[in-house]
Amino acid sequence: MVNELMSKDVDICALTDLNENAGTAALVDDIQLALFYVKKLEKVYALSNYDPFSEANVLSRGIIGSLGDELVVASPVYKQHFNLETGQCVEDEKVSIPAYPVEIINGRVVLGSIG
Amino acid sequence: MSDKKQLVVIGNGMVGHKFLQSMVSSDVMQDYEITTFCEETRFAYDRVHLSSYFSGKTEEDLSLVEPGFFEENNITVHVGDRVSNIDRSRKVVSSANGQVIPYDKVVLATGSFPFVPPIPGHERDNCFVYRTIDDLVDIAKAGEESKVGVVIGGGLLGLEAAKALKDLGLKTHVVEFAPRLMAVQIDDGAGAVLRKKIEELGVSVHTQKNTQGIVDGEECLHRMNFADGSHIETDVILFSAGIRPRDDIARDCGLSLGERGGIIVNDHCQTSDEDIYAIGECALWDGKIFGLVAPGYQMAQVVADQLSAKENSFSGADMSTKLKLMGVDVASIGDAHATTEKAKIYTYVNGADDVYKKIVVSEDNKRLLGAVLIGDTVDYGNLLQLRLNNITLPEYPDSLILPQRDGSGATGLGVEALPDAAQICSCFDVSKGALCQAVSDGATTMSALKEVTSATTGCGGCTALVGQVLNKELEKLGMDVNTDLCEHFAYTRQDLYHLVRVGKIKTFDEMIEKHGKGYGCDICKPTIASILASCWNDYVLETPHAGLQDTNDRYLANIQKNGTYSIVPRIAGGEITPDKLIVLGEVGKKYNLYTKITGGQRIDLFGARQEELPIIWKELIDAGFETGHAYGKSLRTVKSCVGSTWCRYGVADSVTTAIDLENRYKGLRAPHKIKFAVSGCTRECAEAQSKDVGVIATENGWNLYLCGNGGMKPRHGDLFATDLDYETMIKYIDRFLMFYVKTADRLQRTSTWMTNLDGGIDYLREVVIEDSLGLAETFEAEMQIVVDAYQCEWKTTVENEEKSKSFNAFVNSDKGDSQIVFVPERDQIRPARKEEIAAKLN
Ligand code: SRM
Ligand SMILES: Cc1cc2nc3c(=O)[nH]c(=O)nc-3n(C[C@H](O)[C@H](O)[C@H](O)COP(=O)(O)OP(=O)(O)OC[C@H]3O[C@@H](n4cnc5c(N)ncnc54)[C@H](O)[C@@H]3O)c2cc1C
Ligand code: SF4
Ligand code: FES
Repeated sequence: MVNELMSKDVDICALTDLNENAGTAALVDDIQLALFYVKKLEKVYALSNYDPFSEANVLSRGIIGSLGDELVVASPVYKQHFNLETGQCVEDEKVSIPAYPVEIINGRVVLGSIG
Repeated sequence: MSDKKQLVVIGNGMVGHKFLQSMVSSDVMQDYEITTFCEETRFAYDRVHLSSYFSGKTEEDLSLVEPGFFEENNITVHVGDRVSNIDRSRKVVSSANGQVIPYDKVVLATGSFPFVPPIPGHERDNCFVYRTIDDLVDIAKAGEESKVGVVIGGGLLGLEAAKALKDLGLKTHVVEFAPRLMAVQIDDGAGAVLRKKIEELGVSVHTQKNTQGIVDGEECLHRMNFADGSHIETDVILFSAGIRPRDDIARDCGLSLGERGGIIVNDHCQTSDEDIYAIGECALWDGKIFGLVAPGYQMAQVVADQLSAKENSFSGADMSTKLKLMGVDVASIGDAHATTEKAKIYTYVNGADDVYKKIVVSEDNKRLLGAVLIGDTVDYGNLLQLRLNNITLPEYPDSLILPQRDGSGATGLGVEALPDAAQICSCFDVSKGALCQAVSDGATTMSALKEVTSATTGCGGCTALVGQVLNKELEKLGMDVNTDLCEHFAYTRQDLYHLVRVGKIKTFDEMIEKHGKGYGCDICKPTIASILASCWNDYVLETPHAGLQDTNDRYLANIQKNGTYSIVPRIAGGEITPDKLIVLGEVGKKYNLYTKITGGQRIDLFGARQEELPIIWKELIDAGFETGHAYGKSLRTVKSCVGSTWCRYGVADSVTTAIDLENRYKGLRAPHKIKFAVSGCTRECAEAQSKDVGVIATENGWNLYLCGNGGMKPRHGDLFATDLDYETMIKYIDRFLMFYVKTADRLQRTSTWMTNLDGGIDYLREVVIEDSLGLAETFEAEMQIVVDAYQCEWKTTVENEEKSKSFNAFVNSDKGDSQIVFVPERDQIRPARKEEIAAKLN
């Protein structure tokens, strides 16, 4: 997926600012992101914070976990699951939300195009 | 008059009503105009469970008529009115209250009446029968001023009536004319075992007693004189000497009756007049009256099918029975007395455990003809199926009743051996095939199967077999009988609770490492968080716990449709000072929150943004409020009425009790939310019977009701114990709550937990009152730990800068969510609708 965020690197916050094994919301150029820090993998994932089912910016407040091999977040409102890597909705194949590349660089959480 | 056919149904008892239900769901309902006469002052109710009226079930609980049933289906009902005459030449029925209704078809469902032997004195005061709710009301009233009660008749109903007298606190006797109890169903050997067991329960049994007269007593109201010269004194007498069909109106209009009564019907349940049908206990088919409800239901369906021109006929019914009489398991199948020629008998008697089992088999040892079981009836389902389906018996038929001690597994042949046509649930005529179909259509749990097929919802006798069919089918479909919480934990919630307690596990990570796999999910994380909280009551936003919580627990507030939150401070017992009310008003005004009085006697402030929660709560806490846990699966409110302090009828101080209870149990995390209420007298203004825990003041203490529910599927609480003092009540509630917390499934309210609890309220009483598990002290101690560890989560949060910060809308910005928009309505805010947001943002 191509979108405006991918063209630049943005330093968002320190890794220690994120909630462990849970979501945290961030704002980049008026776009609301949901960041998810999976401690066991030392990885951070970023999705849009907008939940298309409840039409509210709430995904960062969902519970994360796994369904089979997929890492997912469950919407806190109506409980649909979204894949953390791709933004694909597990319950409805027609729905997917934007997913953004994000990296941990020197203890900082950085959004941007990688490589 | 309309061109519809006129159908008159006489009697709105169990079978008459079943017939109406069958008609309503038939294709021909619109062709008929239906009128029904209900002689009793109440619509049809569950006579089978009549006795439960004494253990707290109400008229509504027993009712078989859905609210609005008659209106919605355009059925005219004349309640409290008896049909007095059928004029077959004019084709009209007339009633005692003067109704005259023309008919095309009549269905007689008049049931039967209890036979009262013409013993001199039988019409004295305090002599009753046991058939209707009115009878029970009268018996209960008489019981209040009495010490001794006698039941005349030691059959099934007589023993049930004896149990009722005993429960009313009377010294109880059963007087039977025959040489043994339950003479119709069981043999001498079984009768002896049954008698011993019943006498152990404190009921005196007198067999071979012929009552000759009832006269004034010396110590009690009556003295009963027997033919052998002996006598008993008693205050109350219940006659339970058999039933007689109510065939009087049939007789008066000239329908054919049996020699000893009963309206003769053919296989289509038609009487000698083809426009008049008879069903249920008033009908005589092939010389037999069926005194059970299941055959009556079959007859009802047969007639409904006749009227819809569908082929169906009545071909008799099995009269096998399995019951618990005064706590004693009793069952009888088919030819229990071995009257079949050359039948062979096998008997197993275990004197030590008071178990008696007998089977009657055919001469060639291949077919089961009958059986009697006392004290242990687990084999009933299997044996019944062997007989009904004529299944070839194993080589040594006695293996069917001999105990399996070497762990080799039971011989019963199992549900596998049954043909699809085998009827598993006789109350609702559900076959094995129908159950299998339902399972493969997706009803893969007991509760789903119940809902789809109705099996097990009548007498419940088929529960074990239905369970076996379900498990076998699941196995066949390649499905595990899966009770795992989720893919990460191959355990039930109950197992997990145990693992946490025993392993003293304190975090989710530790739990998943030791007992689970993967990363967890939105099912196991909140469940385990709740278990950890029930056990150790740590602060829920502590780092290892925070990410496990459902959003409401994570932000200690309820999320709303637009992502904002509501705020519900605790207002224990609904009591609040004017000063505190003013604070709520001021806070609401300052932060522009929508305010509303809730259904739980407190005040909800809606529309708080996530980042505002800590500052708003800080103000509330400074003013002396604490969290109301409206977000938690935990104690919500203890509703109260104003009680004896102000109310002219109150007999105790319900407000103080409600506040004390709320303060004791606030913060207890549970499988689901818990609600209490306390009423100051029997008028019940706090609606305590609809709560998980309901307390109602009496002259002598407190009555405790458990497992009520409002909400989606309302349930009245069961009366658990009466006239308790406050300390005992607290003990019972501690034990009850901890037992629930320990054993319930995820998101199971106490009401569904109770519905699924084997042994029901009686078992719960054993655990809580009699301490049958020996856990009472542990439960109390565990509760004390939770009580002592209470903290106001909001207080802890606002005092912790780090935690307060985690409420910020964004980690990297001070801004808030710009897409949250409110618009005014009735002088307050409400979330904007989608089009309103679009208009505003553009
Ligand atoms: C605010 C309130 C409605 C009101 O404006 O009056 C309310 C609001 C909600 N109720 Fe309720 N219930 C409220 C009283 C009730 C009552 C009445 C009572 O408690 O006397 C009942 C029926 C009684 C009962 O529970 O047995 C009730 C039965 C439910 C149910 C169905 C529960 C059930 O077992 O069937 C749910 C759904 C659930 O819990 O799964 C529910 C769920 C909810 C939720 C939490 C739905 C949700 O997840 O968003 C609502 C959140 C409101 C919020 O954001 O604060 N609410 N809810 C009431 C808050 C009472 C309080 O002070 O805490
Ligand atoms: C205490 C007790 C326990 C029982 N336990 C069991 C059990 O465990 N299992 C089981 O299968 N069965 C049990 N039974 C039997 C079961 O209740 C009956 O088989 C069933 O109620 C029969 O239904 P019915 O409609 O034929 O008769 P009823 O339920 O008696 O209904 C007949 C109705 O018709 C009314 N009526 C009569 N004449 C007229 C008239 N002329 N006009 C208007 N209305 C009239 C009567 O008032 C009555 O309300 C029990 C019965 C009792 C009393
Ligand atoms: S009844 Fe439904 S809509 Fe109303 S408050 Fe309760 S849950 Fe919300
Ligand atoms: S046999 Fe009575 S409920 Fe199934």
